[in-house]
Amino acid sequence: MEPSDHLFRREAGRMVSTLTRIFGIHNLALAEDVVQDAFCRALEVWKFRGVPENPSAWLMATAKNRALDVLRRERTARTFAPELGRLLQSEWTLVPAVEELFGASAIKDDQLRMMFSCCHPRLPEEAQVALVLHILCGFTVNEVANAFVSGQAAIEKRISRAKKVLAGSKKLFDVAAAADFSRRLPAVRRALYLLFNEGYHGASPESAVRTDLCREAMRLVALLLEHPLGATPATFALAALMCLHAARLPGRLDAAGNLSSLFDQDRSRWDRKLVTEGERLLDRSATGNELTEYHVEAGIALVHATAARTDETDWAQIVSLYDKLIAIRPSPVVALNRAIAVAQLEGPERGLEEIHAIADQDRLAAYPFYSAALGELELRKGRPKIAYEHFQTALGLARNGMERQFLERRLAACQG
Amino acid sequence: MSEFVFLYRGGEAGRSPEQMQQMMQKWMAWLKGMGEKGHIKDQGQPLERGGKLVKGKQKTVTDGPFAEAKDIVGGYTLIEARDLEQAVELSKGCPILEVEGAVEVRPVMKMSM
Repeated sequence: MEPSDHLFRREAGRMVSTLTRIFGIHNLALAEDVVQDAFCRALEVWKFRGVPENPSAWLMATAKNRALDVLRRERTARTFAPELGRLLQSEWTLVPAVEELFGASAIKDDQLRMMFSCCHPRLPEEAQVALVLHILCGFTVNEVANAFVSGQAAIEKRISRAKKVLAGSKKLFDVAAAADFSRRLPAVRRALYLLFNEGYHGASPESAVRTDLCREAMRLVALLLEHPLGATPATFALAALMCLHAARLPGRLDAAGNLSSLFDQDRSRWDRKLVTEGERLLDRSATGNELTEYHVEAGIALVHATAARTDETDWAQIVSLYDKLIAIRPSPVVALNRAIAVAQLEGPERGLEEIHAIADQDRLAAYPFYSAALGELELRKGRPKIAYEHFQTALGLARNGMERQFLERRLAACQG
Repeated sequence: MSEFVFLYRGGEAGRSPEQMQQMMQKWMAWLKGMGEKGHIKDQGQPLERGGKLVKGKQKTVTDGPFAEAKDIVGGYTLIEARDLEQAVELSKGCPILEVEGAVEVRPVMKMSM
């Protein structure tokens, strides 16, 4: 039997969450060592004897046995999870307690506990996302750095600082405390949203990395939806948004592997199953009276996903949704996207006006698709010379080879 | 055909779960490939890193490990090959070589004189 893709990485998050629950958050490093041990064993044994019937259970059982060893050996030298203290001290209660802590439902809660702990209010958002990716998704520092197209040293610093905050928080987040849960839930959603976006819009040129990040965010949001307190309309909307965006991932690269803009994508390559799933989730998000940014963004994604062609897209609907989005969470990138939709609806001249009217457009200066949008609209206006200059600027800002090639093709279009 | 033992020594598993999974899959593919070509007499077993060392007339028993990490035998496989040269060629596909490990190729002594 072949192990499923990324099995180890996924299991790393599950194991480290459960082990940390037992050892205590201050012993996160010890939990990571035990996980590493379990993988070493799996590697040694499986390569000779094949992958067991249930590899997840095998890994968990191995981690459990190692945990028992550690608990016995270090019971006098270390303090473990304070709330479990007495249970772990006595040999009479140790084994049954650990068995129960490794039960299926306990493990699920452990991942949520870790997810909420990683979204500690003392951590900046980007540190929360890095931590989620590192601890819950089993990405090494190096892999996180690759995913964020960031220097390894910078990410290393970010993660080790974040771990210190986490370890210093004394105990894991208590997912049974309803009020605390609901208070931190928006931050958790936000982190998962940013994780997904890093995959969807991020600068990593490698499409495999992007798909991985999106998939991980979707796995974690599904976990959130399984918890009664997590399954709120906003979480459903976030899940819908992820499905509807992910549905378009297969179309983002054309057959030759080139980056393709929404306008030119081969829509037959979009994933219809994910569109249907996104619609279902969006229906479920339509209860209550809170309209979040996730609702609106999912709404926009749905209009795109269900339009057969660019010119059959309901652009009026999209502009009005962007108006709502700006009211909820104003940002220059949202304003830029709105301007592009206006251009589709009312022509390039109006689009250009809207772009020039963006309040804090200087914040877009380093964003290649700001200049690219100006270039696109100028080109449509029939001013290829001006368009060329904008694409030149965009090219200078491109973050990877794929963006560069895309912009080079646009430059060529200005000369054709 | 002659028999050979491959002893796998040392080798760093890699730090990331993803790398370790890839390493395992490479091993499985390598062993499978040799098996399909009829080179595997016994796939062999992994060995624990620890153990005991029993030594001398006094039969003193000490704890392992018995060597430095890079020299510890982590497992073995019994191979069938035409000659030592072919066995060495086969060993060159072993993934342990990518992670600073080594394969020791030892001919099994023959009964015939």
